Amino acid sequence: MATVKDFRNEVRPNWCPGCGDFSVQAAIQRALANTGREPENVAIISGIGCSGRISGYIHSYGVHAIHGRALAVAQGVKLANRDLTVIAAGGDGDGFGIGLNHFMHAVRRNMDITYIVMDNQIYGLTKGQTSPTSAHGFKNKTTPEGNIEHALTPTQVALGAGISFLAQGFSTDINQLTRLIEEAINYKGFALVNVFSPCVTFNKVNTYDWYKQNIVNLDNDPDYDPTNRAAAMAKIVETNGLCTGLIFKEERVAYEDLIPGYKKEPLVHQDITLSRELFAECLKEFA
Amino acid sequence: MLDQLSWKVGGQQGEGIDSTGEIFATALNRHGYFVYGYRHFSSRIKGGHTNYKIRVSTKPRPANADNLDMLIAFDQETIDFNAHELRPGGVIIADEKFNPVAPEGMTVRFFTVPLTKFAEEAGSAIMKNMVALGASACVLGLQPETFESLISDMFLRKGQKVVDSNMAAIRKGFQFMKENGGEIAEFRLKPGDGKQRLFMMGNDAIGLGALAAGARIMPAYPITPASDVMEYLIKKFPKVGGHVIQTEDEIAAITMAIGANYAGVRALTATSGPGLSLMMEAIGLAGMTETPVVIIDTQRGGPSTGMPTKHEQSDMYAVLFGTHGEIPKIVLAPATAEECFYMTIDAFNYAEKYQTPVILITDLALSLAKQTVEPLDYDRITINRGKLATEEQLAAIEPGKLFKRYAFTEDNISPRVFPGQKGGIHHVTGVEHTEVGRPTEDAAIRTKMMNKRLNKVRGEFPNSVSYTGAENPDLLVIGVGSTIGVIDEALERLTAEGKSVAHAHVRVLSPFPTETLQKYVDRAKKVLVVENNATGQLKHLMQFFDIKGEFLSQLKYDGNPYLPSEIYAHCKELI
Repeated sequence: MATVKDFRNEVRPNWCPGCGDFSVQAAIQRALANTGREPENVAIISGIGCSGRISGYIHSYGVHAIHGRALAVAQGVKLANRDLTVIAAGGDGDGFGIGLNHFMHAVRRNMDITYIVMDNQIYGLTKGQTSPTSAHGFKNKTTPEGNIEHALTPTQVALGAGISFLAQGFSTDINQLTRLIEEAINYKGFALVNVFSPCVTFNKVNTYDWYKQNIVNLDNDPDYDPTNRAAAMAKIVETNGLCTGLIFKEERVAYEDLIPGYKKEPLVHQDITLSRELFAECLKEFA
Repeated sequence: MLDQLSWKVGGQQGEGIDSTGEIFATALNRHGYFVYGYRHFSSRIKGGHTNYKIRVSTKPRPANADNLDMLIAFDQETIDFNAHELRPGGVIIADEKFNPVAPEGMTVRFFTVPLTKFAEEAGSAIMKNMVALGASACVLGLQPETFESLISDMFLRKGQKVVDSNMAAIRKGFQFMKENGGEIAEFRLKPGDGKQRLFMMGNDAIGLGALAAGARIMPAYPITPASDVMEYLIKKFPKVGGHVIQTEDEIAAITMAIGANYAGVRALTATSGPGLSLMMEAIGLAGMTETPVVIIDTQRGGPSTGMPTKHEQSDMYAVLFGTHGEIPKIVLAPATAEECFYMTIDAFNYAEKYQTPVILITDLALSLAKQTVEPLDYDRITINRGKLATEEQLAAIEPGKLFKRYAFTEDNISPRVFPGQKGGIHHVTGVEHTEVGRPTEDAAIRTKMMNKRLNKVRGEFPNSVSYTGAENPDLLVIGVGSTIGVIDEALERLTAEGKSVAHAHVRVLSPFPTETLQKYVDRAKKVLVVENNATGQLKHLMQFFDIKGEFLSQLKYDGNPYLPSEIYAHCKELI
């Protein structure tokens, strides 16, 4: 059985020292090992941006795709081979800016994919512009007078779109994060793990300390019920989206199990020859 | 006796015009005629004039006829809008119900027939189209039984009574015409050869081709005139365990298709102009990551939203030069529905052989017009998955090491592996990369990788250009896509008049068949490039791809396909 070591490779990430993404990478590697996955049965599909590089830093199959499209590529991979553990990963700009449409529809579709977003509330790789999750009033390169737009709250959007598995982590709390990713991987359906992963270079507001002071950890609330959608939404609103832990989970049949005629054996392993009989039957319609 | 004739039915959209045309065309196709059906429709669902023009011939004629022999009108607008196409002495069959008025100043045979009344007597007003078919049959010297097998196939599941009442409606129309001078000697159609052939549109042939090629996933976003491809496969894929997924947009469609191909399953998407534009960035990703993917582009009137239900051939620049940077691209351009089938299969084989995007480009007339197709040959279906890594190659890779997915090789094509295969782990990225897929900005590797990708596809593909006509013609006409039938027909008339003409039709736009076309161009005195766009794209491509010579241009971009007479007249002026 594979260990954490088997998911490591020789590449040194090009993240800044202290970047939150290091812990996210470690948590994914641990979670994969803990859930008994083998590197060759895992495909990590990432978008563009600092966090988008993550597919190259984990020893598994991986695609570093184009900006905002990781989820679309990931769904294609899953359709082709439903036995693969498919993880999509990227940042807040990638997933909730250019890729938001795909996110909403991935939620609606509910394929068995784990989506990990490294949310630092800023564009890092392009050197510090406002992101969809940057707060109202946030000052930086593209909003020198303060952001006049309001922030999108990923958990609220996800729950509003009808997601069936929703969790949020903080990169510093690697044990909780590992557990959340493990649960997301084991969940048979679309799962979002949004992770607060601070940008130490460009975001001087949402720092590690800022998150520590503002985050409400649901693990500390024994009365919190993650199976109640209305309560989950209330908690997100109450904490201004800054709650961590398992926020919501319900059982739902995954997309792959609802496709008419779809087989349990992955498509990639099936014979693609069209039988002479079926071909003849097809021609009849045009006679 | 006629070798060929053209027949049209018109009315309001939603009134069953399509089905009337379909029944007429299919029945005659079954009797061994060559049939070509072109629908005129607008971007709306109900209401508005629509018509279905059908050409029936004793030899292949995949083109609209210059004029019209018979017009079936379900409303006055149909007469007002279409009568000008009728030849002198042509026939109009109009429903008595709307008190039809004959076109002014035209010598036509005008029949007012109680279509709706007879239909009601036979059981339901909706059968007025059957009455019209019976009336048509009488004029053409066909028996009502011509329609019997088709009516039976269509309605038997609803019961023999439904079949009988439809046949009764057909006979009523037939009888009425017979009693009212509808048997017109000069309208007698020569019998068909009785051979069983198919009747299908390009989009159906593409769908069937994809199925036969082993495609099993199709993510797509609906768009006219491409949607029929997905609609066809939605019906078929469940039988083979495949799946059509209707995506949120075209970008999701192409990227999902890339994901599926990356994971080892043949996947395609189909779109038209605006959707193709949205896909461009992802097509670059497929080129850079060397992922096979098949994209169908059914051209329509552009630019922007343009004319969604109208014909054009103006995406050639886009498919060849779209996407930023430089990637290899294969572009196939079938000319007939039959070629749509076989070339879709080729598209999948090329995509996997060369590990590149393959765009199969059609135009609205080819996508949506239905035409007679010789029976498709199961034994011509071949599946070639390209260069795949062997188990031995993978077993030799040490644990923890990466597979050289982008290995430099003699033919510039590297073996592929699919996720899930032990030993095959590597990284795929749209960023410039090393042999194992690691990002790199090393100048030497960059240059080598660019060369590797761009040199995968070399030389001309077989059958890139077809040639018919005189060896050393006074005039060579070059075309692409659905214009094949009209050009052939125009040149046939000129040949019959003793003119020296020839026709070269381009089937592959990339790799561009420069050498072959140059050979044909060199033999001709004059060269005319005929295409449906405003800027002469094919002509410019010939110049871009270094074909030496002077090229004349005939262009049409009003939304309609050429008529044979238009090309004939233009050519005649040139020789």
